[in-house]
Amino acid sequence: MPERDAATEAGSGGLRHVEHAMGTVFSFDVRDTPTPAVTDALRDAVAWLHRVDEVFSTYHPGSQISRLGSGEIRLGDCDPEVAEVMGLCEWAGRVSGGWFSHTPGGSLDPSGIVKGWAIERASDILYRAGARNTCVNGGGDLQLRGEAAPGIPWRIGVAHPLHPGDLTTVVTGRDLAVATSGTAERGAHILDPRTGAPASGALLSVTLVGRHLTDVDAYATAAFAMGDAARSWTASLDGTEAFAVTRDARAWWTAGFPDHGLVPAAAGPGPRQPAV
Amino acid sequence: MRRAVIATTSTVAGVVLLLSLKPHHSAGPALAGSGAGSATLPSQGAGTPAPTSSSTASAPTAGSGSKKSSADSGSFVGSTVQTDYGPVQVEITMSDGKLTGVTALQTPSGAARSQEIAAYAVPRLTQEALGAQSAQIDAVSGASYTSAGYIQSLQSALDKARA
Repeated sequence: MPERDAATEAGSGGLRHVEHAMGTVFSFDVRDTPTPAVTDALRDAVAWLHRVDEVFSTYHPGSQISRLGSGEIRLGDCDPEVAEVMGLCEWAGRVSGGWFSHTPGGSLDPSGIVKGWAIERASDILYRAGARNTCVNGGGDLQLRGEAAPGIPWRIGVAHPLHPGDLTTVVTGRDLAVATSGTAERGAHILDPRTGAPASGALLSVTLVGRHLTDVDAYATAAFAMGDAARSWTASLDGTEAFAVTRDARAWWTAGFPDHGLVPAAAGPGPRQPAV
Repeated sequence: MRRAVIATTSTVAGVVLLLSLKPHHSAGPALAGSGAGSATLPSQGAGTPAPTSSSTASAPTAGSGSKKSSADSGSFVGSTVQTDYGPVQVEITMSDGKLTGVTALQTPSGAARSQEIAAYAVPRLTQEALGAQSAQIDAVSGASYTSAGYIQSLQSALDKARA
């Protein structure tokens, strides 16, 4: 297992860990007392991420997903998780009217669903070991459980797509999933599944908030590819809210978003504080 | 249809917006410890009750020699960073690993360009994020960063500050 920069710190009643995997960085923030079971679970969650990387990496010709894509092996030859992910991809394609695709550039690439799914699963691993208040952040997509401290909800800043280090909104809540899609960090890497070309770029970033990161992350990817159409589509999603920054640097959000996050006051009678 | 046209008019908004250190535009704002006290932002923002201090800042880049003893608490003055809108220099105040204050020591002098930028949605939100009760950010969501991008990310700063 790669040991780059991995660092675990236990302190003041919690446990933090930073792990490089899947070409990005995963930050674990466990607010519960680090019992031996929780510490073990953190190790398991990290091992899980590396295993997912191995199986699903489209960068490694030897990965199961690469070999499945090339026709070298069949679905039945793969780990059961591969079939699970393929099922999720089909579901995401369906609910997004085809805007989510696991063959965005013509070849098999379920990356759009794998990361969110893997993060949610890592969060589950911690939960089953008794860690009830956790934040797992994989490259900017987060699964949150419980709260930051007794009586205090998690507070998640949403990065401003134009101004590194600055925020565009703050999402507050318990048991939330938050995913953002955009081009700020890796350029135009989201493809329009209809054309195979980079998505139109009508949005600089779109952030989805819901309960489960598997869904929320797939929604964010699809919404970003949709561009302007994402506004009505995200409004139609149950239990999920959205906040987007458009190319002309304006923001829009779904009706329920202000219950979770700060929105520009110019749109309402006054500053909106998120409901806790 | 509700459109979020952000008509923030105050210059403060522009200042707040520009508080972000821009590591992309410099060799990295090396933060060095200083004894300066924290200060609050002027609060003539668009109508909220006095937002007090605190904001977001980019990662103190690795290599700033003043970790532990002062990285958890104290004030840090960033080097002056040339941005597209002019020179920016900020001072941040940390308390127990949490960012509790940001003061702009140097900002572009009301250039038309910065006014234009201030019309974004962001300043208002940033300012609210600065409110006393909302000083703490636990983590950051954003477009997927690479391992290299992480180093300059606010999430990285949070991970470091609390490690």
